[in-house]
Amino acid sequence: MTKNSMELSFDSISQNESLARSVAAAFSAQLNPTIGELTDIRTAISEAVTNAIIHGYGNDPAKKVYMRCTAEDRLLTFEIEDKGKGIENVALAMQPFYTTEPNLERSGMGFSVMEAFMDDVRVESELGNGTRVTMKKSISAVREDE
Amino acid sequence: MQLEKNRRGRELRVVLSGELDHHNAAIIREEIDRELDGSVKLLTLDMSGITFMDSSGIGVVLGRYRRMSESGGKLRMGGMSIYAEKILRMAGVLALLERK
Repeated sequence: MTKNSMELSFDSISQNESLARSVAAAFSAQLNPTIGELTDIRTAISEAVTNAIIHGYGNDPAKKVYMRCTAEDRLLTFEIEDKGKGIENVALAMQPFYTTEPNLERSGMGFSVMEAFMDDVRVESELGNGTRVTMKKSISAVREDE
Repeated sequence: MQLEKNRRGRELRVVLSGELDHHNAAIIREEIDRELDGSVKLLTLDMSGITFMDSSGIGVVLGRYRRMSESGGKLRMGGMSIYAEKILRMAGVLALLERK
């Protein structure tokens, strides 16, 4: 197939976590993914958007979260970006159970879930300028449920 | 997100329906913790109506597990999807839980 892409920006409020994963799933549907692949994508998007809202922006509703989705051949690429405070130590933040918000019952498993459910996860961050998470997911050519 | 609470003696049964994400986790926590006054000795979370769960579910489950343990009670889980189990297993939480 030819390349297809879309962009979305939305306010940094938690209600939009649901919106973001629904839009990502709807965009992914063009590659006819399995239900399992769609669930993986929805979950990973939810984690990245939640991070942007809570950690990037500290729940500031005046800020915007950006999502870009690209489909090319059987590969989906998702970018979730915030222009918030950034991550000082990305490698540390990606460690399982690392959290800066234990009082909010955040488990520190967000990046681990993204890595488990997607084929590739890349995190670029700059203190004071924000964070961009790029995730790739290959969609199987033959559906498992057929 | 829907939450149905049913208290019978020392057991509190909570049936969760809908999507368990960061947005809904706060509401669930507040609703359940309001009932946990120390007299509840068995908290049952029925997850059969949960259609989506991300890592926010780990915090909800682990937090309730801790609260029940602190008051000498137990947490029992039911109706978990394979996706919910996968996420809880990743965090090592699944092994702690009593399941029916």
